[in-house]
Amino acid sequence: MAEALRRLQAELAQDPASLAFLPLAEGLRLRGDLDAAARVVLSGLEHHPNLADAHDMFARILADAGDFERAADEWSMALAVDPRHGGAHKGLGFLGYRRGDLDGALDHLELALAADPADRSVVQALQVVRSAAQAAAQQPPVDVGSGSPPAPGGAPAVAPAESPDRSPAAVFAGLEGGDRGMLLLDPRGRTLAGGLRGGGGRDVADEVAAYLAGVSQEAERTARLLELGPWRWIAAEAEGGTLHLSRPVDDALLLLVRDRSVPAGRMGILAARAAEVARRWLEAQRV
Amino acid sequence: MKPGFRYALDAITRIRGVHGAILVAGEDGLIVAESLMEGIRGNAVAALAASLYQRFRQATETAGVRRPEFLHLQAEQGSLLVVPAPNDVLVVAVAAGDLNVGLARLEMIRAAEAIT
Repeated sequence: MAEALRRLQAELAQDPASLAFLPLAEGLRLRGDLDAAARVVLSGLEHHPNLADAHDMFARILADAGDFERAADEWSMALAVDPRHGGAHKGLGFLGYRRGDLDGALDHLELALAADPADRSVVQALQVVRSAAQAAAQQPPVDVGSGSPPAPGGAPAVAPAESPDRSPAAVFAGLEGGDRGMLLLDPRGRTLAGGLRGGGGRDVADEVAAYLAGVSQEAERTARLLELGPWRWIAAEAEGGTLHLSRPVDDALLLLVRDRSVPAGRMGILAARAAEVARRWLEAQRV
Repeated sequence: MKPGFRYALDAITRIRGVHGAILVAGEDGLIVAESLMEGIRGNAVAALAASLYQRFRQATETAGVRRPEFLHLQAEQGSLLVVPAPNDVLVVAVAAGDLNVGLARLEMIRAAEAIT
């Protein structure tokens, strides 16, 4: 092992743009030398910024180090480059399970299996997550901590998030992006729940909600004028991301913001899930 | 109507399911050119489409994702689509429920590029 790593290091020293950085980083990661592995892969990314495998490798190192948020970002970048990257779907499936987002975990793991039907670890992970989802459907509250799917790259599996906090800021906890890209607002532009972060992590929930005040009435007038029936949703695709606005109940709007790597169809699925969570939360508030 | 505008709008309205297309001044919502089915109140649709686009533009820019390149209002029986063009003009299309949205989007982007 040590000899193999030395050979890869020598190869990389001779040609810094060589792809030898991938097996070298993996070897260092497996040895537990995460700092060195991260240095190697970051150096490789300088030469190959659009290599999905490199982002996947960095994500696995970050996951091993417990930095799940940045790992998710790296896996998302891998998918932006290659939407069918099995390793990235596997990693995001693992993170979804860890957060308690079983549906999201299943989606990613199924895509990971489609990418590599022979990957036993994905098959095992799917079995664990499907069992947890069935148990959750039959007997709430959810207890998915009884088994953990194999973690990407052999990282220690971590129990999913604890029981959900139902404070307004945490209504969407457990859903993909629920902490920074899901916002429930009233038609007058006041935030009800969720959160929204803009560039640099700035809290932009109130500002965006204010701009969207009145959209519901305008959409309704437009649809009526054109005899299109009730409006269902509005999607705004921008260069840096997509906004998806829907109406889970008559007197509230649900906004999702995602980067462009999330396909329009998936935005719809995420919105439907978040709408269900929002409806339940609003009902509970009204009791 | 300028021939270039007519050509751009015709390319959109030829798509199956599209009921009409309008070029709208984004700032004030006034019609620049239109090709609509009879019975559609172009002025009102133009004003509402421009207002919706402006609201979402403010929202997307505040959210840090820059201005919308495609706005899609989906209703039970159809949709309203908006694509920005140069000089603050908006390309707006009104369509039935069975529209090929991808194709409409493509033609609208081409139209937006053609009316410079």
